[in-house]
Amino acid sequence: MTTLTKPATEATIRNPRSVRRPRTAGEWAFTILNVSAFALFAVVCAYPFYYLIINSVSANDVSALGEVRLFPIGIHFSNYAEVFTLQGLPLAASVSLARTVIGTAATVLASAFLGFMFTQERMWGRSFWYRFTVITMYFSAGLIPIFIIMKGLGLTNNFWVYVLPFIVQPFNIILVKTYVESMPRTLQEAAEMDGASIWQIFWRIYLPNMTPILATVAIFSAVMQWNMFQDTLIYITDQSLYTLQYLLYMFINQASSLASAAQNAGGDLSSIAGAATSQTPTSIRMTVSVIVVLPIIFIYPLFQRFFVKGIMLGAVKG
Amino acid sequence: MTLPQALNQATALAAEESPVAKKARRSRRERPTGRGRKSFRLFLWIAPLMVLLFVFSYLPLYGWIFSLYDYQPALGLNGSEFVGLQWFQLLFNSPTQLQQIGQVLVNTLVMSFLGIATSILPLIFAVFLNEVRSTRFRNSVQTLTTLPNFISWVLVYVIAFSLFSSSGLVNNVLQDWGLITTPIKFLDTDQGVWLTMLLWSLWKGLGWGAIIYLASISGIDQSLYESAKIDGAGRFQTMWYITIPQLMPTYIVLLMLSIANLLNNGMEQYYVFQNAFNKQYIQVLDLYVYNIGITGNSLSMATAIGMLKSLISVALLITVNVISKRVRGASII
Repeated sequence: MTTLTKPATEATIRNPRSVRRPRTAGEWAFTILNVSAFALFAVVCAYPFYYLIINSVSANDVSALGEVRLFPIGIHFSNYAEVFTLQGLPLAASVSLARTVIGTAATVLASAFLGFMFTQERMWGRSFWYRFTVITMYFSAGLIPIFIIMKGLGLTNNFWVYVLPFIVQPFNIILVKTYVESMPRTLQEAAEMDGASIWQIFWRIYLPNMTPILATVAIFSAVMQWNMFQDTLIYITDQSLYTLQYLLYMFINQASSLASAAQNAGGDLSSIAGAATSQTPTSIRMTVSVIVVLPIIFIYPLFQRFFVKGIMLGAVKG
Repeated sequence: MTLPQALNQATALAAEESPVAKKARRSRRERPTGRGRKSFRLFLWIAPLMVLLFVFSYLPLYGWIFSLYDYQPALGLNGSEFVGLQWFQLLFNSPTQLQQIGQVLVNTLVMSFLGIATSILPLIFAVFLNEVRSTRFRNSVQTLTTLPNFISWVLVYVIAFSLFSSSGLVNNVLQDWGLITTPIKFLDTDQGVWLTMLLWSLWKGLGWGAIIYLASISGIDQSLYESAKIDGAGRFQTMWYITIPQLMPTYIVLLMLSIANLLNNGMEQYYVFQNAFNKQYIQVLDLYVYNIGITGNSLSMATAIGMLKSLISVALLITVNVISKRVRGASII
């Protein structure tokens, strides 16, 4: 089994040649310039996240004045408890979590199964159905026709609109199919001799051996699901089905809703420099943002292990 | 670059395969025993998933018929009036409509061309990052610069708002330093909308876009560098004559895909940044279809525009693919 998974873990990104140590003044200048440019861009990318985090844990009266810039001031973590008392937020968090978990599990299973089945030469119409699937990546009927069909299917204001359209993902299927093709054919032949059904062959033999590629698919899908905003915007008007992303958008886009949320949470808007822990629009905005971005940051190390490999796997093996 | 776009690009790369490899694979896959009978029962296993795919990807094509009606959701298709090509005529004949769609097209094409013009940046990023000696530094830069790609546009907007609104960080700092007295309106303005949008998508996508090139660099044959070194090539010469040419095939494929996607900018970025001030310059086709269809409730007109957009996109993709076949000898899809 380990020999099967090995090829996938070899494709790591590394610097192939040891870049020469700078010798001349010109090379030193280049190195310094090069390194500083990258350092600067890295800071530009990372600082906004740091800014959100330090503001969410600083005294709310200070953060409201925009004075938290480099370090947190008056650290407290009560904001995180407070925002969960906001109307709609616990529900939105569970909707986001549910769509991420259910949607990811569904597409991982479907991709694994279809990727495996599309390697079955005996299947009726195999290459037709494979093309039928892959070609959907290259066209779209457009937003409105899809909207009308969804409405006709009763999927507007329905939780399943978050899951069903994303189950069959051609790209994931290509990844899995490529991976299965790299596995030894004898696995299946041996099982067939023993009289195993196609489902048993898939479930007992191939699925457990696909973990590296399925991890990649799972991470792609989970991030996509968690970040999805557009489908709530188009298909959902029922507040109980709002996702965290959508709620965050509402909070920021409608200053009034943010202010009333702050008031509901016990904030005093008449004097913005109120107590350090009473909620302000700024504190709510920062804290909810951090809650939205934190899962991404937490699974980020996993990304680095899997997704690059996943892409390369697809790219190299074709 | 959004995740789906990145996926598409990766697929394009995945689809690339030398004929030799293809042949080798085919012969490897072919079973020695000629089992001619196809199994319909095997197909039945995947049938439910094919139905799902049909419903969400093919069935909506039927919805194009709405562009021939004056579709009123309350009346249904049967109750709505059949108007023939009225919406398409209106699109090309009414001066106000023509002006509006003209502006939308300009926005769409400008955004796309700015994207194409800057599509070389991820390659440059990768080539220069590869010149840094310290592995730890390279890895940290890669980690930090890819992070923005994995957050939603909503969150990007929250960040933009926190940093650039009139009470945001940048204005606060500038005021504290005495450089300005009244806050600069970075977001609520019709000035430089295209540039701002470009910068935000670069902020989000540059690091991620470089990953595919960094991966390719690690696959370059080492002997090339060694012989170059023996021949006395300097750092810039190896970059220019070895690394960059080796990355070009990847770049060309991605470039062609972005040409095929000329009209598909997506709507999320533009939707979240849209406001009363910048609406004229930020409305790209995808956003326009949403605005008039869902918000403005003229579903039929929006369908007509969306349909034209889809058809042109497919035509572009096919054209680019044919060109690619002629010029490079390999298709991109």
